[in-house]
Amino acid sequence: MAEIDDKIRCDACPVLCYIRPGMSGACDRYANRNGELVRVDPHVLLERTLKDGGEVVPFMNRAREWSGDIVNAPAPIVTAIGAGTTYPDYKPAPFIVSSEVDGVDMVTVVTEGIYSYCGVKLKIDTDRHLGAECATVRAKGEPVGHVTTGEYGSQMLSLGGVNHLTHGGKKEGRVTCETLLDLCNRKAVELTVDGGASVIVEAGKPPVVNGQIEERMRVGCGSATIGMFAKQWYGKVDEVVVVDDHITGVLSEHQAGKLLGARDTGIKMKGRRSTPGRYFHVAEPGTGWGGANISDPLEIVAGFDRKVAWPGMTMLMVSTTGDQHAFYRLDESFKPIEASLPENLRISVERIRENCEPALCSVLFMGGAGGSLRAGVTENPVRLTRSVRQALTTVTAGGAPVIVWPGGGITFMVDVTLLPDNAFGYVPTPAIVAPIEFTMRLDDYAALGGHVDHVRPLRDILAQHAKKTPDGIGATSAPERSEA
Amino acid sequence: MRMPPQQSRLADGRLHLHDGPIDLIIDAWGEASAVETAYAAACRRFATILDELCTELSLLRSQATPTSARPSGVVARRMADAVTPLCVARFITPMAAVAGAVAEEILRAMTTAAPLWRAYVNNGGDIALHLLADESFTIGMVDRPDRPSLIGRSAISGRDAIRGVATSGWRGRSFSLGIADAVTVLARSAAQADAAATLVANAVDLPGHPAVRRAPASSRDPQSDLGERIVTIDVGPLAQDEIDCALAAGLDEAERLRRDCALEAAALQLCGRTLLCGVGGAPRIGNLTARDSGKAIRFGELALGLHPVQVGRRDAAEIGGLDGHR
Repeated sequence: MAEIDDKIRCDACPVLCYIRPGMSGACDRYANRNGELVRVDPHVLLERTLKDGGEVVPFMNRAREWSGDIVNAPAPIVTAIGAGTTYPDYKPAPFIVSSEVDGVDMVTVVTEGIYSYCGVKLKIDTDRHLGAECATVRAKGEPVGHVTTGEYGSQMLSLGGVNHLTHGGKKEGRVTCETLLDLCNRKAVELTVDGGASVIVEAGKPPVVNGQIEERMRVGCGSATIGMFAKQWYGKVDEVVVVDDHITGVLSEHQAGKLLGARDTGIKMKGRRSTPGRYFHVAEPGTGWGGANISDPLEIVAGFDRKVAWPGMTMLMVSTTGDQHAFYRLDESFKPIEASLPENLRISVERIRENCEPALCSVLFMGGAGGSLRAGVTENPVRLTRSVRQALTTVTAGGAPVIVWPGGGITFMVDVTLLPDNAFGYVPTPAIVAPIEFTMRLDDYAALGGHVDHVRPLRDILAQHAKKTPDGIGATSAPERSEA
Repeated sequence: MRMPPQQSRLADGRLHLHDGPIDLIIDAWGEASAVETAYAAACRRFATILDELCTELSLLRSQATPTSARPSGVVARRMADAVTPLCVARFITPMAAVAGAVAEEILRAMTTAAPLWRAYVNNGGDIALHLLADESFTIGMVDRPDRPSLIGRSAISGRDAIRGVATSGWRGRSFSLGIADAVTVLARSAAQADAAATLVANAVDLPGHPAVRRAPASSRDPQSDLGERIVTIDVGPLAQDEIDCALAAGLDEAERLRRDCALEAAALQLCGRTLLCGVGGAPRIGNLTARDSGKAIRFGELALGLHPVQVGRRDAAEIGGLDGHR
């Protein structure tokens, strides 16, 4: 291989193609990836390693023969990525692979499903208010999903689904499909919530809310934070308020403070008291302190009972991530006056920050293997569902473990960060193309009406396809094609 | 490093030959020993075919003219013979027929070596057929390799003159000057079908249309036989009348080629619309029926060379693109 400018001369065959970066040669098998000649076979064979739930290593033809050992050896697994599909799927799936393992013929039915019924579930670690529940989430101005429940330290968004893909306008379907594809392929996507925030979401990366990177996920709710740090605060400060849009905690009233013998401070909180020292709805949701719409924490304090409070009393207000904090001392008129944070309290605030986990965006792809996809696997599609239910058949997506929903159909979710790069594709229908593999014993496969005639030994496929994957990453999105 | 040509038998018994950009899927029917002999002959002939072509690649990549030098290789000559009659007033290079010519040559080696009832050599969707009079094949058509589904099929009998099938379009492996999703051509030989499909696909066009993205072929592939010619990179949404207009231009070209006996029948696909040429009026030509929802057959993915290996013998023909009716 000789390099000429940015082009590579491929010498894998006598055609001797010059290949530009990002392009493949006449054969579509070799490509120029950033100046390096790489093989981009449609099939990606992964050697499952213990690291990272299936990190990919190059697999060469001359590599050790398949030993049949599924426990001790790094077993090459055939993934569906790049397998193509045969929609309509009453034809056998493109690759039905058999390999003999412990005398049992294992079958992996490898296909790429076209999912019109699919979407992503996003978990965005943030306390900031992204938008009201049920608010529409948009990408490029098109509705692509909605805000769903608020969960622990995070906001869930639900994107895609058949309604956005098929029921909206043509543009809505296209943009939804693009958004899902980008999210699944771990690209950053900007989403805006009607009446809410704009958020940049990228699987495995911190969310960026209204231009601000969310670094930490809350250590707990306001009440939990009180419980966790009460001992460290007791004796150093008279009152602590952990500001949280969901559950604000007040040390002197909280069970944790009571147990330590904390003195009443006469603090009057806004919002609704749930149980002693726990307040709901102290403000409106927002992107300020503790996910509330406040930048001055005193906004949530209604005042102090002069019969109970005393001048000189000290108070720490802190958010659930420790990102915001303020220290006050009551003056003669019982007005809190901000003062610098004493060193011994600064340590506790630092500790809150320290105990936060990094805030991340998680993207789960969710798709349903419809009757037709199942028919690619077996002549009797419902038996495949039953077989999955009976745990005779294992379902994976690009080699990654999936969560299969109970109930009808084979509806599964998979963490997109466990799949190799660019494992997802799309068709302009619009629908997402995602890999799915069904693995089972050959006799079970026969029993469920599998396309047994079409089973091909693993070594055949390896011999023909497993040259190597470029730098260990399954590049399956074929670069643009060119002619000899 | 030069990878040697590879041969392997698929689990269903078909023969897969691969060398550089060439992937052939071969199936033959006859006495068992005859089939084996034919396969052996195919392998022998295949061993040198790419090297032969590459020795005169620059000539084969040059525009064909009535006075062009005649290449010396057997396959190269098949290519030149297929394109030379078409080169007046049109741009075409012998490369337009390379896939079909290779398929034809391998099929010739097989049928010369042993008596076969029927056989096919499928070179990425460009297919050479061998049929005795009472034999037939059914061919499935796919317009979009990225979302293969059957859009039509054609039954070809040994009594028809058709011995070649080819599909061309901008979505395929090769560049196209036009915007057709796919043009499938039935012709007397695979090389002829290959060349004609290229020309008809080039003619399905809307010159200057803003929704069509184009770029010089050389910007994509420095060695393309199309040089600086502007090829189609992407086709955006088109109005119904624009689709009809583009297809009509392609149909004109198809009709001209049919009058010149360069093709027997053609199906032109663009944005889900299909126009047929040479179907219906002429009996015994393959019954191209658009939107046939019948038995599944396709060669879309094979046309892309993505899936040279497919499935079992019983359904081999369906999946590989050919379905036997004996």
